[in-house]
Amino acid sequence: MSEPDVLRVPWVHRLVRSRWPQLLVTLVLLAGFLVAIVAGFAGSPVGNRNFAIVGVWIAWWAVLMLVAVPLLGRGWCGVCPLGAPADWIQRGAILTPGPRALGLGRRWPAQLRNLWLQNAGFLTLAIASAAILTRPRLTALVLLALLAAALIVSFVFERRAFCRHLCPVGGFIGLYAQLAPIELRVRDKRRCAAHRDKTCYTGCAAGSGCPWGVYPGALDRNAACGMCFECVRTCPYDNVAIRWRGLRNDLVTAPGHRLDEAFKAFIMLGSALVYTAVFLGPWGDLKAAALGVGSRAWVAYAGVVIAFLVGVLPGAFFLAGELGRRFSHSPLTPRRTFASHAAALVPLGLAAWVAFTLSLLLVNGSYALVVASDPFGWGWNLLGTRNAGWTPALTGALPILQAVVLIIGLGATALAAMRIARGTAGATAGRQAAPVVLFAFVVTVAMLRLLVG
Amino acid sequence: MRAESVARALLVLATSTPALVLGVRACERQRSPPVVEVRGRMVNEGGWEPGEIVIGVDQPLRLALVSDDVVHGFGIGKTAVEAVDMYPGVPRNLTLTFDRPGIYTYYCTRWCGVNHWRMRGTIVVRGPGENATADEAEPPHVALDLDLDAPHPAAAVPSATPDAGRGRHLGAALSPDYRDAGMLRTTPPAVVWGRLRADPDHRHRTDQDLWNLVAAQWIAGTTDRVRWEGEQLYAANCAACHGEGGDGRGVMARALAASLPPSADHERARPAAFTDAQVMLGASSALLAGKILRGGMGTGMPNWGAILTDEQVWALVDYLWTFQFGRVGRASAGPLEGHRVSGE
Repeated sequence: MSEPDVLRVPWVHRLVRSRWPQLLVTLVLLAGFLVAIVAGFAGSPVGNRNFAIVGVWIAWWAVLMLVAVPLLGRGWCGVCPLGAPADWIQRGAILTPGPRALGLGRRWPAQLRNLWLQNAGFLTLAIASAAILTRPRLTALVLLALLAAALIVSFVFERRAFCRHLCPVGGFIGLYAQLAPIELRVRDKRRCAAHRDKTCYTGCAAGSGCPWGVYPGALDRNAACGMCFECVRTCPYDNVAIRWRGLRNDLVTAPGHRLDEAFKAFIMLGSALVYTAVFLGPWGDLKAAALGVGSRAWVAYAGVVIAFLVGVLPGAFFLAGELGRRFSHSPLTPRRTFASHAAALVPLGLAAWVAFTLSLLLVNGSYALVVASDPFGWGWNLLGTRNAGWTPALTGALPILQAVVLIIGLGATALAAMRIARGTAGATAGRQAAPVVLFAFVVTVAMLRLLVG
Repeated sequence: MRAESVARALLVLATSTPALVLGVRACERQRSPPVVEVRGRMVNEGGWEPGEIVIGVDQPLRLALVSDDVVHGFGIGKTAVEAVDMYPGVPRNLTLTFDRPGIYTYYCTRWCGVNHWRMRGTIVVRGPGENATADEAEPPHVALDLDLDAPHPAAAVPSATPDAGRGRHLGAALSPDYRDAGMLRTTPPAVVWGRLRADPDHRHRTDQDLWNLVAAQWIAGTTDRVRWEGEQLYAANCAACHGEGGDGRGVMARALAASLPPSADHERARPAAFTDAQVMLGASSALLAGKILRGGMGTGMPNWGAILTDEQVWALVDYLWTFQFGRVGRASAGPLEGHRVSGE
């Protein structure tokens, strides 16, 4: 049975082709983004009474990690208020392309067309995250810096250079989007091959060429597709589909062979462990060190975190992969084994983030009610919920939920590891995958210990 | 083209949100009656903001109290205004009316950090007679010209904790000289014990019985109600450093030592141990009151003269003696009166 194509539903097709629904959502989010910056600078410095913290790091983060990424992949990128200005600048218009683009339209440097800058950006935020996630002013500074960077890069460089190569959020969304149950692909690749103008890539009166610099005709995974739907608007043959693919994912069809992507997987998986230890763990000294940005204790903390994320964790995985490679007599080089099998960790990484985010949402979600009424901590009571108390929800069920999510993640990682190994080691795939699965098992146990005790 | 214009208008609207928010806030501030926003932060983050508030006598002072970090308490020294707890980010309103001019000290009433004691500000109440000399009596340590910083070791200490109950039975034969309230406030217990020891009338008594007699006089000079008040004040203001048991090992003591500069006299800055007989029995009540009122210069000991009334200081001193002469039972009693300030 073929996978359903939601663009075959007429009203969905109309909704996607029209720019208005997407634009309206983006504008609302843009207003919210700017309000978060104002709240951070002018509102209460108390995090749980400030929209900059509660709106961004609890509400938005929960929607992103529990709904948007697992279900829609890069769906967030399609309405992100940081990315949209790039389209507006380069189109010279908000809707259909105008007579003149505003940006300089330079090409992004070839040596930077990878995820290394995103990895570095995420690492930088990760080591300061305890302070950023609790201090509204710091959060506002980070948001402002991201907005400024997005605008400058979008003005100087063509397409969504910021989203693809710099945005620290976009980097990991792309990684986990490979697991999303939906995908945007072309219906008939032969038609694309025969289409001389390739308007989906070069643009036409109906819309821009792919802002993400992707040629839809060759698209085989979600990582770089920004779900902006420009190709739906520019394809003259109505040859673009949005399919519900369910549990099928991109890890098997296109396993990552790039080191930057492999390291992205480790940084994300390790960060979930670090964040859980710092934010949910009982270690006061660790929290104090993580919060004291600039202090000696923080420098030591940052050093340990960086060493763990880009040294210890990948190093242990490399050893596991190498062990499997030798057992299975795989023809791959150690480096290629490392890079391709790192993709198997993507489901576990997403599960770890979902488990962490569940704690964040269920324990602290009630602050959203307070902040909805009083976003700046100025004593407003817009919705009459200013005095709603801190009410953790479902705390009894939380450990069970988290354990289930992590076990599902481990299972999916084990399956992916086996499938990737089958492609490289053939009949001895089990031997190749076993150490990798053992590595994932150890990480899962560590995460469970941190979350459930 | 029309659609593009609408889209641009919507973009302008979305990007105007910050200006809209700040405009509403500015209008709101202009329309509402004058309110003084008092923000509380741990001392290392700035303490109280503002540090000084000026108001006239009988003028309502509307305060909006907000903590920017941890739980603080807003209390006003030498008044009967009940302290208000300030939870992070939760604004609390308080309206005060002062019926006489003066300088009132507001201070944090919750242990918010190692330098919690330094979290103070002043309310200057202006009005007729504000420049008149205060009618407060000269503090006893000033009147007696006591050197608060000089060591005062006791010449003798008891071998066991004195028993004030036994001393009360023995005290029937004590001459009035040993019962004089003024003498008891200005003379260290060890000195009184020395006089008794040298007194031929008490030659037949053991050293310990003489200490029991001394303890009975110190306990008799006060009441359960006053000691209860002293106990409350001690628990709220002193125990963090001096320890609940008076042994100088309060929860903040170590952090206090760590917060002092290396050049400070760490030995001297250590919180006093009221259980140390050598130190306590060589001090008079007047000396202890003086230390409380003035504070320990160069140590972590704050001055309480701006916050505690004379009655509260003496209640505290009376309570301190219980660390030497035995704990007392708790009597139910209300707080001692301060200056009249109405608050709501």
